[in-house]
Amino acid sequence: MEKSLNWREFIITRLIQTSGYSAIVFVALIFFFLLREGLPTLGEVESSSLLNIRWYPIEDHFGIFPLITGSLIVTLGAALIAVPFGIGTAIYISEIAPRWMREILKPLVELLGGLPSVVLGFLGILVLSPFLRVFLDLPTGLTAFTGSLLLGGIAVPTVVSVAEDALDAVPRAYREGAWALGATRWQTIWRVTLPAARSGVLTAIMLGVGRAIGETMTVMMVTGNAPVLAVKLGSLFSPVRTMTATIAAEMGEVASGSTHYHVLFFIGMVLFLISLGVNIAASSVVFRAKKRAERILS
Amino acid sequence: MKHIIMLFLLSSFILTSCGPGTSAEAASDSQAAYIENKGSDTIVNLALAWAEKYQGENPDIRISVTGGGSGTGIASLINGTVDIANASRQIKEEEVDEAKANGIEPVEHVIARDAIAVIVNPENPVNELTLKQISDIYSGKINNWKEVGGDDRPIVRLSRETNSGTHVYFLETVLRLGSKEDKTLFSTDTLLLPSSEGIIAEVRQNPNAIGYDGLGYVPDDLKMIAIAKEEGGAYVLPAIQTVNDKSYAIARDLYMYTDGEPTGVVKEYLDWILAPEAQQIVEELGFVPALALSPSP
Repeated sequence: MEKSLNWREFIITRLIQTSGYSAIVFVALIFFFLLREGLPTLGEVESSSLLNIRWYPIEDHFGIFPLITGSLIVTLGAALIAVPFGIGTAIYISEIAPRWMREILKPLVELLGGLPSVVLGFLGILVLSPFLRVFLDLPTGLTAFTGSLLLGGIAVPTVVSVAEDALDAVPRAYREGAWALGATRWQTIWRVTLPAARSGVLTAIMLGVGRAIGETMTVMMVTGNAPVLAVKLGSLFSPVRTMTATIAAEMGEVASGSTHYHVLFFIGMVLFLISLGVNIAASSVVFRAKKRAERILS
Repeated sequence: MKHIIMLFLLSSFILTSCGPGTSAEAASDSQAAYIENKGSDTIVNLALAWAEKYQGENPDIRISVTGGGSGTGIASLINGTVDIANASRQIKEEEVDEAKANGIEPVEHVIARDAIAVIVNPENPVNELTLKQISDIYSGKINNWKEVGGDDRPIVRLSRETNSGTHVYFLETVLRLGSKEDKTLFSTDTLLLPSSEGIIAEVRQNPNAIGYDGLGYVPDDLKMIAIAKEEGGAYVLPAIQTVNDKSYAIARDLYMYTDGEPTGVVKEYLDWILAPEAQQIVEELGFVPALALSPSP
């Protein structure tokens, strides 16, 4: 009896340990694979060509700047939409809405998060882009802004869901304390609840941004995919080509081992590094905030 | 534990690397032969129609048809994952070299002909353009419709993605007017759309747009442009007639590629495709039969 229990303990512990390690192993393997397939680019393509502003791979123009700026501008636009909307919705659901409203809203938002991105892409092509073209008087409705709007829509449920959980976890005593001191509802939300839930809210934003920068199908359908350098403010309202759409559109065509193939992996590496950077920045902010909170509490 | 993970990873690598290519042989045991057919989106509807008819007549043959673009099809042939690659352009020299390095010998079969129609929104008053004007529009020298006799509107250039055979053909025949030395490229602000449907959807709702697509894919509610080979020449609309008498400027052959001379079920299928019955379907779908060269009624 004693012995079998020991065995069970041993196996279960090891299983859990393995699944914990496997996450690290897989990330390491993926990164290794990206490096192995992407790094040869640096030997095959001159850096002056990589830093060029022309992307036309079938004639060996491998300038990746238009793709990076394209991804950044679409993601930035999406974040500008998703962050205020998402956090606003989370505050409403968690702090202001009556209980019955909250019980309807929360599942609805989560349902919205389950919408397949290709469906949103269709909506974008058939409804949103014709509307934006006429409404904003643009040459075409297939622009970075269209992509940002849809990506914002995709990221909102993620932001709402995580931020709402974080706000909800703030102890009720904090709010009661604020009210007892005579703070209004808005002052309580802005000065007490939101700062107390700061790390969770930041995580929500980062997850939302991560969802936006990695999204492929929708942007490929609605941003027009023109590899133009997007550095002006007006670029938001003209077509762009993102890194994800480039990889998705072109990976099927390349023969494995060709220069174009290596460059596509190189773009994947850049994308990986960008999201890694975003994550590190976010967690360092959260870490600093935590330390400060601990100091105050002690 | 670490060993088990490594084993798992290794075996999955091995599985994925030796999986494809042998479908035809493996299937012959179970009395059903499979033909993998992949490539050009221009040809995909035609290939599907052929596959459907052929499977109806030969129930023991299974043909799977997928699109993705000519480059995709040829890449799959090079990687040994398909029996037949469909292409709306000829295979490039680099691709032949890559194929040979992989032990694959691409063999070309012309299976139909196609005209590329240049399309605009019906609201656009422009009806005819010269080849040179279309080249200047796509290379970015002409940016407003009024420069070619239309309204004062910006021109929105639409193209297929670079993995499309139609894209490459259009680049060589129209943008570079067939000249090998010409290094003209598409204007960077050309919208590269991943599918024919994307181009058609945008042209349908946007009076600024100009696009191109295979003749068989242009719906009735879009306007095709009549094209003259040079200034002062006759403006010709794309049609089976004008492709066969060579008066329409942008027409090409459509190809299927196999690894080596085809044998067995693949050979029977290709022979059937070039017979009159299958070429009839070509015409029904708006393409031009490859048989037109031979005397037919």
